[in-house]
Amino acid sequence: MLTGKNKITYFDNAASSWPKPEVVYQAMDDFMRNIGGNPGRSGHRVSIAAARIIFEARESLAGLFGLADSSRIIFTANATEALNLAIKGALKKGGQVITSGFEHNSVMRPLRFLEQESKVQITSIGPSQDEMVDLRLLEKAITAQTKLIVSVHGSNVTGDIAPIEKISAIAKKHKIPFLVDASQTAGCMPIDLSRLEIDMLAFTGHKALLGPQGTGGLYIKEGIELAALKQGGTGSSSESERQPDFLPDKYESGTPNTVGIAGLGAGVKYILKTGIQEVWKKKKHLRAYLLKSLGSIDRIKIYGNLQPEGLAVVSFNLGDLSPSEIARQLSEKFAIMTRPGLHCSPLAHRTINTFPKGTLRASLSNFNTSQEIDHFIKCLKKIARNPA
Amino acid sequence: MFKKNSPESCVITFSAVYHALKAEKHFKGLGFKVKLIPVPRQISSNCGIALEFNFRDRERLAAVIQGARLAIENIYPLFKIL
Ligand SMILES: Cc1ncc(COP(=O)(O)O)c(C=O)c1O
Repeated sequence: MLTGKNKITYFDNAASSWPKPEVVYQAMDDFMRNIGGNPGRSGHRVSIAAARIIFEARESLAGLFGLADSSRIIFTANATEALNLAIKGALKKGGQVITSGFEHNSVMRPLRFLEQESKVQITSIGPSQDEMVDLRLLEKAITAQTKLIVSVHGSNVTGDIAPIEKISAIAKKHKIPFLVDASQTAGCMPIDLSRLEIDMLAFTGHKALLGPQGTGGLYIKEGIELAALKQGGTGSSSESERQPDFLPDKYESGTPNTVGIAGLGAGVKYILKTGIQEVWKKKKHLRAYLLKSLGSIDRIKIYGNLQPEGLAVVSFNLGDLSPSEIARQLSEKFAIMTRPGLHCSPLAHRTINTFPKGTLRASLSNFNTSQEIDHFIKCLKKIARNPA
Repeated sequence: MFKKNSPESCVITFSAVYHALKAEKHFKGLGFKVKLIPVPRQISSNCGIALEFNFRDRERLAAVIQGARLAIENIYPLFKIL
């Protein structure tokens, strides 16, 4: 992290994590400087080297998610593209969709778009007393027309974790495909797809997976067939003008973001080397310390279920102060980066009754420290005492 | 005139780069000596990369391909033209 005069406290890791492990910068620099070829299109040594970078990133992700067959992981530009592919593919013929009450706009906007074309009816299920999704209401909402259940895994607003294992059991019982948005959890929380009954899982590369922006992907379980969002060159079956029907090529047309995937692959390897259980333990430790420290501030309201099993992502309000005013002062006076407002998740803010004002969100990565949390709390107290 | 030698190596072709790299990893993990090469010009394949291996490993490799359900296109012997 930067030191001295330029030192900043970066608490906006739920937007994009920063900094990245050194190996991520190195992998990207090495690809750009020393490899640079088009992956697998040409067959020469450089082209094979580029293809191998993508293959290894795919294998590492499969390892992280407990998958034997890495071809079921498709690379996309981000979680948004993965979610669009999953949602538009699964709801091609319309029908009802059930979501949690905490979905990001990358889920809600494709759904609202389909709704406008009068193809889809949306039912969102709020939390119960002790769970982020009310499972009883969820099961009651299922009809013969239900074609998809979508749930965010970890909320980007409250850091709470949805009971995806229990939702998956309900989805399986009713034979409805289940899509999980793991944008906030992939890379910091164990996700074992060999054990969980999940049909599709979307992830993004630039948050807890520690890769660069412009990377992400979708896991598609064997047996799930989606309409691809785009068609084009894949380097395979070049004699045919038809899109190949095997994975990953079916869903991956055009030259990929190889430099980005090089960085993502290095980020995932770094996580595997550290151990995902270790990463998760540290995350929960940071969450606990952040929650406890924030709790010492007068007139603070913290949102969410405040359970220990959660992300180091916390949303709060301070008295009547506007979140954007606090964020501005944190940035300008103290070089602390946070994110105010609705966090691209108006649905989540309606669910926790903070719409339209929103909240101030602090989101930490494992590169953050308890000293930084102490500094953050001190600055928040200063702002609360002297808001102007 | 050209004289055909006995084959020295074999190549496996694939329909996609992913399958070529998957096979390479699998064989290397089992201790086979294999190498990814551009598809030799006398062969036609859906994908530009092929996996070359020693001719005498061909039967053991074929058994591995079957057992592991590796997706391959074809196996060709390669003759050195003398
Ligand atoms: C829960 C959630 N879903 C989806 C996204 C979208 O990710 P991306 O912007 O990488 O597509 C984000 C982050 O912005 C998120 O927090």
